[in-house]
Amino acid sequence: MTLALSAPDRAALIARHKTAIDGSLKTKLSTIAVVGGLVGLFLYGLTTLETSLWKIIAGFANLGTFVVLMLPPDPGSFARAIIFVKALFETIAIAFLGTILAAILAFPLGFLAAKNVVANRVVHFLARRSMDTVRGVDALIWALIWVNVVGLGPFAGMLAIMTSDLGAFGKLFSEAIESVDRKPVEGVASVGGGKLHEIRFGLIPQVLPVIASQVLYYIESNTRSSTIIGIVGAGGIGLYLAETIRTLEWQQVSFLILLVLAAVTAIDFLSNKLRFAIIGKRAV
Amino acid sequence: MTLAIDRNDPAITAHADLYRREMAAKRLQTLLAAAIFLACVVLAAIGSEVDPGKFAANAWRFPKYILETMPTLRFATFGADLKEWYWGLNGWLKLLWQTLLIAYIGTVLGAVGGFLLCFTAASNLGRSIEPRWATRRFLEFCRTVPEIVFALIFVIAFGLGPLPGVLAIAIHTMGAMGKLFSEVVENIDMKPVDGLTATGAGWWQTIRFAVVPQVLSNFASYALLRFEINVRGASIMGFVGAGGIGQDLIEAIRKFYFTDVSAILLLIIVTVMLIDYGTERLRHALLSLEHGK
Repeated sequence: MTLALSAPDRAALIARHKTAIDGSLKTKLSTIAVVGGLVGLFLYGLTTLETSLWKIIAGFANLGTFVVLMLPPDPGSFARAIIFVKALFETIAIAFLGTILAAILAFPLGFLAAKNVVANRVVHFLARRSMDTVRGVDALIWALIWVNVVGLGPFAGMLAIMTSDLGAFGKLFSEAIESVDRKPVEGVASVGGGKLHEIRFGLIPQVLPVIASQVLYYIESNTRSSTIIGIVGAGGIGLYLAETIRTLEWQQVSFLILLVLAAVTAIDFLSNKLRFAIIGKRAV
Repeated sequence: MTLAIDRNDPAITAHADLYRREMAAKRLQTLLAAAIFLACVVLAAIGSEVDPGKFAANAWRFPKYILETMPTLRFATFGADLKEWYWGLNGWLKLLWQTLLIAYIGTVLGAVGGFLLCFTAASNLGRSIEPRWATRRFLEFCRTVPEIVFALIFVIAFGLGPLPGVLAIAIHTMGAMGKLFSEVVENIDMKPVDGLTATGAGWWQTIRFAVVPQVLSNFASYALLRFEINVRGASIMGFVGAGGIGQDLIEAIRKFYFTDVSAILLLIIVTVMLIDYGTERLRHALLSLEHGK
């Protein structure tokens, strides 16, 4: 017995489910328009950004030579290796302290910006917009500004990470606070607790694990960003990374990149462990 | 009837003791964690050369800097003042447009790369473990090395201009999106895949007809989110000579053209906010499409 469909049956089937197979004209046209627009913008961008094919091919040829020059990774001398590891420690310190300070500062701000704590719309609006503004400026730009204030060095980098995280944390914390369960808060109020009691016993126990896991996540992602703020002189391994790239010491470059990779992987691993310890084995 | 507890009941004393012991153990654990945490903070403070004295002595410079970047806008000559503040508007808008294009092309290239690699990296579709392992490590490498480091290297390989910026963003985006995409793929409903496999479809056909229709709107939403992040990233590409508005910004900051700094920063912030707002609306539309609303 075969299960083949006879030609007329097949034609009838197709005719019966024509709309399901072909789709409506409107969807088709809009799909074509969207994809066409995206591709058009892409091609337009390629031409305006002076991306000639020759340039790309020549660039990749160059890259190939650099990659060969990068092997094997080598710090140059033992003294250099010590300096690099010290810079890496500086980077991690910047990320850790910057994130922690930002979290401490953002904690009260988050309450200020949460609709269910401060109902005043003007306060809410001002708090939110100022945090958006702070967040809209990249950490590297903050680093440049802080270098102008406290001078070159890791202190400026730490302040930059702190400022740029302040905006992010304020927003994340206020969102966490806004999504809490109202019942514990009402319970505290019903037994005669004041506004501060409501926050201390009704809200904070609910938001603390969420906040802790976000802070841990940010420490990890800030290790990445703090590797680069050295490019503008704000301390850490970025200074050496930029320097060795500019002086074309490729073996040292690859050594530095490997160091960063190892550090990020280690912090990734640690913070994952800690996060699961704090919030239990579930996704946030 | 009273609910009084007999305090001499041995069962209750044992229970209370146990409770006390467990609380003491928990307190000790918390204390230990706090001590470790404090030690880390102190170590980090030493490492990042934190100097409260220096901060206190120089803190006034921060508001001063911000104030200095503010333009003098008088009510009487508002139009002329504004014109003076934004004297370079035409050039800045051109650079801003370049920044947006860098972000856009970087996102498209990265998304295409991530799309191609995510199926190999997903654990529910791959057949053998080696390509999956290799793809995952490759994606990890792409997203762990900061994009500006790629940009620095590419500037030397490709020369100054927007091209290294585009490529740096594309590589970073590919790493980040490849991971996100593969997680989406791992969460799909496997029934359509089984169905297609049962009819004898090959790997590519399975992906085309069973996987892609399920994940496309999610992919698009992630790509939009990434575009928004990339606009921010592209705004600093100019710091290392990789095109875009960052070029003028770093010059203004380094040469202390105070009012230019605020003018350019404001332009970037407004652009980023507008894109935030626009992409958020689009993403919500896409995600509701996904849920069939």
